[in-house]
Amino acid sequence: MFTKILVANRGEIAIRVIRACKELGIRTVAICSEIDRDALHVLFADERVVVGPADNALSYRNILNIVSAAAVTGAEAIHPGYGFLAENARFAEICESCGIKFIGPHHTTIAKMGDKATAKAIMAAAGVPVIPGSQGILPDDDEQVVKTGDQVGFPLMVKASAGGGGRGMRVVHGPEQLLDAVNAARKESAAAFGSDAVYMERYFPDARHVEVQVIADHHGNVVHLGERDCSVQRRNQKLIEESPSPALSKTIRARMTEASLTAARSVGYRNAGTVEFLLAPNKAFYFIEMNTRIQVEHPVTEMVTGLDLIREQIRVAAGERLSFTQRDVHFRGHAIECRINAEDPKTFMPSPGIIAWYHPPGGPGVRVDSAAYTNYAVPPQYDSMVAKVIVHADTRDEAIARMTRALEEIVLDGIKTSVPLHLEILEDPVFRRGKYTTRYLEDFLARKRGREAAGDRPPRKAAKRPPARSAAKGG
Amino acid sequence: MDLKQIKDLIAYLESTAFAEVEVEQGDVRVRVVRQAKAPAAPAPAAQTASAAGEGSQGVGSQGVGPYDVRIPEAPEAGRVIASPIVGTFYRAPAPDKPSYVETGAPVKKGQVVCIVEAMKLMNEIESEFEGRVTAILVNDGDPVEFGQPLMRIEP
Repeated sequence: MFTKILVANRGEIAIRVIRACKELGIRTVAICSEIDRDALHVLFADERVVVGPADNALSYRNILNIVSAAAVTGAEAIHPGYGFLAENARFAEICESCGIKFIGPHHTTIAKMGDKATAKAIMAAAGVPVIPGSQGILPDDDEQVVKTGDQVGFPLMVKASAGGGGRGMRVVHGPEQLLDAVNAARKESAAAFGSDAVYMERYFPDARHVEVQVIADHHGNVVHLGERDCSVQRRNQKLIEESPSPALSKTIRARMTEASLTAARSVGYRNAGTVEFLLAPNKAFYFIEMNTRIQVEHPVTEMVTGLDLIREQIRVAAGERLSFTQRDVHFRGHAIECRINAEDPKTFMPSPGIIAWYHPPGGPGVRVDSAAYTNYAVPPQYDSMVAKVIVHADTRDEAIARMTRALEEIVLDGIKTSVPLHLEILEDPVFRRGKYTTRYLEDFLARKRGREAAGDRPPRKAAKRPPARSAAKGG
Repeated sequence: MDLKQIKDLIAYLESTAFAEVEVEQGDVRVRVVRQAKAPAAPAPAAQTASAAGEGSQGVGSQGVGPYDVRIPEAPEAGRVIASPIVGTFYRAPAPDKPSYVETGAPVKKGQVVCIVEAMKLMNEIESEFEGRVTAILVNDGDPVEFGQPLMRIEP
């Protein structure tokens, strides 16, 4: 086992890793940028190394300084957390060549899964269902394009190969729109990305995002830890995650988790990873991508399985066997996570600033992962997530009630947060029935605007909160 | 002098213990001054992190918000050479060689004053100032952080 680990991250995930290390008796090294010297992860660690200025490209993503920091402090392993360098194959490779254990999969696995086309091809070859689509780039031949369109089926989406951010994308509902859409997407892509290469994929407007947690050791053991439903999202930003998914039957769950194990085995996966699926309304599911890191929403899985994923990541990276087999994994109750962001709940504009008073919720079945504290200044340079509130209860209804109660307790004075939005969602009948898709939040916000335009009062009264503390105002 | 250079100047100032820096180039003169006390108002939204998500935790911004101005108290007067990287501090080019400089020695701008070793690479650190070494702030062989003061130079 390692004696010292460097945590190459900040915020709540750095604290999460440090906590696991402490419980394993491993010393910790925090890294930070110049503006993060007073950050909680730094205060919790045994040692700290400033690795660069505020700009994360020069600090939290500064490979040279981070590897040097591990070298000068004598850390034997680096935990990358999520974001920053977590899925940077080059970083993992440099760690390996410097004799520092990267706590995650092998760098060749990261590289393979990081390339969407390669990942899709590997999964298709292994028999994991992938989204039906054209075999690579569409040819410059109208007849062929029409033929491919018929094979893929409608509605379909034409996507720019070099694309992203919605540009060069066209949804096509029938064959008569196909050629126009392909030409438009080509033009848009050429203008935006300098390449008119486009491909097509079947389009699922009412799909859910369901993912399966897997973990594997270096001895050939691969175990799944059930699914998480992350369909409540805005612009691919997840807001609420829960496990089990309200949309999975026993049969579909068995097939999806089995497909995840196949996916992990097909790339010789090691350590913790997540296989993301699109779940269509007819319950067919398709591989989207594999995330080769620990994820923000991992506590949801920890709550329903009672396992410590970070601890297991560290053990596995040290060469130990998984401490459980598939038979040992039991799922109990229902868990929900709400991501609390420092942002305006109406406009979604980031709201950095000083948290004049921080009070986390508590009580049975409530877990808070956060790097916040009273008088902490949420810096504008980094991610806006200030806390994750996770609850566990026997049933989904009880979990919703518990989350509502917890979010009525939380105090984050001084900044705007997404707490009011979460409380409204938790009260929404559509969410309560569990009948949501990835378009849910958009619909929810439209319904809300409609209500407000009609002059209806918001359904929820302001949460009760402890009396304001005058001393909290000062510095 | 373009915006990039001015931004670099601000970033540089932040990495040092100085209160201000002034650069003259032809007939253009730019002076960047550190604010003594940061205002308590939140940063303007334009330079704040957009909800970036776990895929990209940071936003690669160089935003000089009200909170990132931390003024390291300069222990004494003088100009400080700060480490540009994380690594191990060495005063001499090799164990059997004499130190680059001793306390009291005069230094020229651009003169190598020490080494910070990172990843087996010996990075020669040059003095950015002309003057005299008044203090060597790190012991030979000690690890150093980014921005850590290494030496004080007085004119």
